[in-house]
Amino acid sequence: MAVFVSVFLVITTTLLVARIVYVISQSSKPNRNTSQKHLSTLVVLGSGGHTAEMINLLSVMQKDWYAPRYYIAAATDNMSLQKARVFEDILDDKGADGTQFMQIYRSREVGQSYITSVGTTLLALGHALWLMVKIRPHVILCNGPGTCIPICAIAFIFKVLGIRWSYIFYVESIARVKRLSLSGLLLYKLHMADQLFVQWPQLQKQYPRARYVGRLM
Amino acid sequence: MDNVNNDFESKRIVFVTVGTTSFDSLVKTVDSDQVKEALLEKGYTHLVIQMGRGSYIPKKSSGGEDGSLVVDYFTFSSSIADYLRSASLVISHAGSGSIFETLRLAKPLIVVVNEDLMDNHQSELAEELAERKHLFCGRPQTLCEVIKSSLNVDIIVPYEPAPTNLKAEKRILGAP
Repeated sequence: MAVFVSVFLVITTTLLVARIVYVISQSSKPNRNTSQKHLSTLVVLGSGGHTAEMINLLSVMQKDWYAPRYYIAAATDNMSLQKARVFEDILDDKGADGTQFMQIYRSREVGQSYITSVGTTLLALGHALWLMVKIRPHVILCNGPGTCIPICAIAFIFKVLGIRWSYIFYVESIARVKRLSLSGLLLYKLHMADQLFVQWPQLQKQYPRARYVGRLM
Repeated sequence: MDNVNNDFESKRIVFVTVGTTSFDSLVKTVDSDQVKEALLEKGYTHLVIQMGRGSYIPKKSSGGEDGSLVVDYFTFSSSIADYLRSASLVISHAGSGSIFETLRLAKPLIVVVNEDLMDNHQSELAEELAERKHLFCGRPQTLCEVIKSSLNVDIIVPYEPAPTNLKAEKRILGAP
């Protein structure tokens, strides 16, 4: 019996590892299913400066393609969704029908103790999972800070399990000239982002798989 | 803001902004006699301080007969853009929001980096933009020196965003 269990474990582990390697090897490869007319897009908003950069990014993207759009911001951040609403109101395109605005729990507020943050992190992860199951986006756009990490991790697991193949695009903040932020570095090193963009050419030189996108501000 | 547009010609306003943060060492520095004197010497007449969540309260002044600086302050305002527009010089914390809002209005800008912040990546942006001559950059203890010796509005290069290139995203998604 023990033999069967261990053989089973070895096989599943091997398959899982093979699948993870496959998913990573496919990251940043072209979309195989180009027949879609729309790609549901999850936009993860940060705060202040991050949100302004994200809105500027969206304004140069082809909105009718990236639809419907789902905006997510931290529950403690009232400004970001408001800015996204203003942006969507001005757009006035027919494809924006399904656009939604949602709030997400944050794993840790500034100054919160580490003991209580274990509980809030689990709550935040559960909430992120629930939102991702509901939305199952084709495209995820994020530019930090931390809020996007649980979302991207869940998206990666969905890819591995074959639930949904989401393309993850991360745009590093214009404030990062010499080094990536922690979120950016994690997504880059773990090959979780299909494409990581930076806004300074000298930063691109340090991270060859990143792309220089210009300056969004 | 009512009297900002009156006798606009004679007013040269310095607007100091710390954004949503607290940055007492900057407010304290601009409130010092040295900095006020340096600003007067450069021909500025008014000093308006947005002090955010800071606890240091600057001294208000309606200006002396001798033509000393008029000083006013407030904590937060929904019309920061109006203050920026009315200013002849902006002294700002290193937050990217304040920096780019000021640069878009093409106002002379001194960015003061807050060295008390834990993860101080903010200086990266200010230093890069200073190297490109879009703004001047300093610390609270060097602000006076920057105003006296570096501040020269004629050498400022107007800032423009670099054109965005999203080819990589289009290639991956097969976008039109």
